[in-house]
Amino acid sequence: MSAPTLYGLLLTGGRSTRMKRDKARLEYAGKPQLDRAMALIAPLVSRAFVSVRAEQRDDPQRTAYDTIADLRNDLGPLGGIQAAFQAHPSNAWLVLACDLPFLDAATIRHLIERRAATRLATAYRSGANGLPEPLCAIYEPASRASLEEWIAQGMNCPRKWMSRGDVELLDLPNAHALDNVNTANEYLAASATLGNGGSSGGAASSGPLRRVKVRYFALLREQAGRGSEDLQTAARTPQELYEQLQRERGLRLAPQFLRVAINDEFGDWQQPLAEGDTVAFLPPVAGG
Amino acid sequence: MNRFTLLETPLEPARLAETLRHPSCGGYATFEGAVRNHNEGRAVVRLEYEAFVPLALREGERILAEAKSRFGLERAACAHRVGVLEIGDLAVWVGVGAAHRGEAFEACRYIIDHIKHSVPIWKKEYYPEGDSGWVNCEQCAAAPGSH
Repeated sequence: MSAPTLYGLLLTGGRSTRMKRDKARLEYAGKPQLDRAMALIAPLVSRAFVSVRAEQRDDPQRTAYDTIADLRNDLGPLGGIQAAFQAHPSNAWLVLACDLPFLDAATIRHLIERRAATRLATAYRSGANGLPEPLCAIYEPASRASLEEWIAQGMNCPRKWMSRGDVELLDLPNAHALDNVNTANEYLAASATLGNGGSSGGAASSGPLRRVKVRYFALLREQAGRGSEDLQTAARTPQELYEQLQRERGLRLAPQFLRVAINDEFGDWQQPLAEGDTVAFLPPVAGG
Repeated sequence: MNRFTLLETPLEPARLAETLRHPSCGGYATFEGAVRNHNEGRAVVRLEYEAFVPLALREGERILAEAKSRFGLERAACAHRVGVLEIGDLAVWVGVGAAHRGEAFEACRYIIDHIKHSVPIWKKEYYPEGDSGWVNCEQCAAAPGSH
């Protein structure tokens, strides 16, 4: 009996609470991680899907691919896997997190070649602590009932499920292939390693340009002479962007008095900027 | 939700206070902030408020939620004006409902203090001499030549 056909599922619904940025849109070597990961898995599976939260359904970067929306929004990665099995119950799923910039085709091929289709899942052991890595793993159709039972018990940690289940565990051929990126500092380090030049604080004169929207308020709006603008910039962080705008727009407020917002949320001066971001520099507030 | 609102029209305290009523509340406290005819030693003729709307709404809701859990409130609401306001106009209204008066007074104070401190709303003062200035901003210039 042949093994169930393998589909791919890239999980992009994470809330990125530590990064404060959509990890799928972080760029490495000039390319968003969403596109890098989909390019990696598409040739290795019969069909590849992007797993999204319901409210991400219309995100144009995600809808460039086939998507599967979570049925519930409180299950984390398990919600994505649950929705994938609901959509295609007879297929096996290669499930990948989208915060694994070092993942390479060799690591995925190794997983597929060693796949144990008669067990519930095949996964790597973490190079760091030996625990199963549930977000670079293959889930067989037979795992669905066990996962649903796990969810019904109120559990949502796929790693714990794997630790108890009938799972084939492999050693990683490349110890760093599954290093993940959770914070702005980890991103800067990873993008530097992967050739984005993203690590140092030097002048942002070279490197890829990204299109961002800048919004101005109050005194900064008057100094800039506009409420907003779209521009192409080599700035990699809000700090570099503000330095550029001080020069080019004559902004005269010192940055230590300002706060940063990215995509309508308070952000960080060192947070990496991505294509399409909206950045606002907020003068000292005075409500009431 | 929408317990924190930004309005381009005059605030109506009586109507806003109606939204607080709840059978488990024994104490209601409200605060009204109005446009004053002077600030820091200068006469002021009117004010203009500007907000970063999506972030102001989110931050305002966050402060109300924090106050509700911190003081065990049944109700918490705030409405803030944007646009041009004349002397005497209401700029902000805060209202809370709690089981007892102590939490109600404290929570009302907590909410207005935090709203003034962190919600992205800005205020421009216009003076009788014809000039104007953004409150809290005018002292924040970068040193000349610095970046």
